[in-house]
Amino acid sequence: MSQRIVPTVKRKQIIELSESGKRMDGRTLTDYRDITIQTGLVEKADGSSMVSIGGTKVVAGIKFEVGDPFPDIPNEGVMQVGAEFVPFASPEFEPGKPDEVAVELARVVDRGLRESKVLDTTKLCLIPGKKVWIVHVDVYILDHCGNLIDTAALAALSAMLSASMPEACIEGDTVRLTGRRLPMPITDIPINVTLAKIGSRLFVDPSFEEEEVLDCRFSVAFKENGMLCAMQKGESGYITPEEVLRAVEIAKDKSQEIRKKVVECLKLKSDKVGES
Amino acid sequence: MSESKIERLISEDGIRCDGRRLDEIRPIKFQLGVLKNTDGSAYVEWGRTKILVGVMGPRESHPKHLALSDKARVEAYYRMASFSVEEWKSPAPSRREVELSKVIREALEPAIFVEFFPRTSIDIFIEVLQADGSTRCASISAASLALVDAGIPMRDLVASIAVGKVEGKLVLDVQDKEDKAGESDMPMAYMPSKNAVTLLQMDGQITHEEFMQSIELLKKGCMEVYRKQKEAIESHFKGAVSNGEEA
Repeated sequence: MSQRIVPTVKRKQIIELSESGKRMDGRTLTDYRDITIQTGLVEKADGSSMVSIGGTKVVAGIKFEVGDPFPDIPNEGVMQVGAEFVPFASPEFEPGKPDEVAVELARVVDRGLRESKVLDTTKLCLIPGKKVWIVHVDVYILDHCGNLIDTAALAALSAMLSASMPEACIEGDTVRLTGRRLPMPITDIPINVTLAKIGSRLFVDPSFEEEEVLDCRFSVAFKENGMLCAMQKGESGYITPEEVLRAVEIAKDKSQEIRKKVVECLKLKSDKVGES
Repeated sequence: MSESKIERLISEDGIRCDGRRLDEIRPIKFQLGVLKNTDGSAYVEWGRTKILVGVMGPRESHPKHLALSDKARVEAYYRMASFSVEEWKSPAPSRREVELSKVIREALEPAIFVEFFPRTSIDIFIEVLQADGSTRCASISAASLALVDAGIPMRDLVASIAVGKVEGKLVLDVQDKEDKAGESDMPMAYMPSKNAVTLLQMDGQITHEEFMQSIELLKKGCMEVYRKQKEAIESHFKGAVSNGEEA
């Protein structure tokens, strides 16, 4: 009970402020917090990134592994997204197996990437029907200040965009790594945008205190061509169909904004690599 | 076999592989009060999808420290029987089942007057006996009825259905074959009298235009499910009343 009193009082304040289009931290309802993207942090990974949205911080790493294909798609590589909530990221996180929140987060991030076909998995086949590349995309939540989904999705994407894959040559039934690197078969830049519904208003990129008092959250991912590729409503409140339509409109604009930022950030990085 | 390698899922005149029109739902049969040891239960046959739902509660929370002081704690457990799908499935809950349990709970909780039952638990157990697409929609719709059967006060029934995109066309109530071959799947749960969407997910690729059409189609589909839910409640309790008179 004691934990719920403060959020209840805050909720009133947040709703009152939002009537004049403002938020507790000075943003408008459609503003994101500051986004920073850093790539190449972990050299042992095939790709990595550290992304923060406001105070929320997520590190993502890509690892390639030779493995078995799924029987129903024997000639395609496999992408696997995992999420780990590191206990120092929030007093609410506990050590142990990923709970339902972590599982949902991983699956929402996975769907955004997978359904947009960000990776051309047909290019990840080594020996048809026998060996393919397994691409592990793991996100670690380091600091939780709200909107884990967008931060994790952006971290996973940035790690993937900045990754390279090992070159392999096939000798009979064995896979030998040449030690050289190949570019990733990237085909899209999907962006996930999350909004919180609080009272009758929609808040882009909810902060931790906004998440504590929200009615529900709604995430939608867009491909570069503007098509929707994943959606998820979360938490135990509801949203009207009209609000869903409005949320998608807002999110579409926001996704373009963020994609521009991603392209700029990653190009900046590759330019620097080119100079050195 | 190899000659008909591309099987069309929608015919030239807009008929689907099981004979339905694009906006036609499968035959749905709900039944309330099918289990003896639960507080409420329901069974649904939704095309070839077959699901049993049992509700326990409101009852004392276990473990006690998880009890909430201002409302009931709602938990949903969505599980697929090992024989419910083409290949044997391990009975241990997969990541998919963990996520679906979460979103199903979040789809049902807004309908329940949880504030009437502080410090208690309401547990919703869902067993998918046979899966042929739209199991989360069928689970939510049947669980609403199990909650009614348990006598738990609710704001409205939650009706749920999915829209998919198959061969470029939007289709209502996606079955397994269409889900696997289709371009997208978008399930929604809806409380009609509150105009409240309590579950909305999507995977696949749709345009903004198709998304807006999908929402309309989903509302229409949910209304049909809603009518069938009400009929099931009526026939269940009508039976109960006439039995009472006879005794």
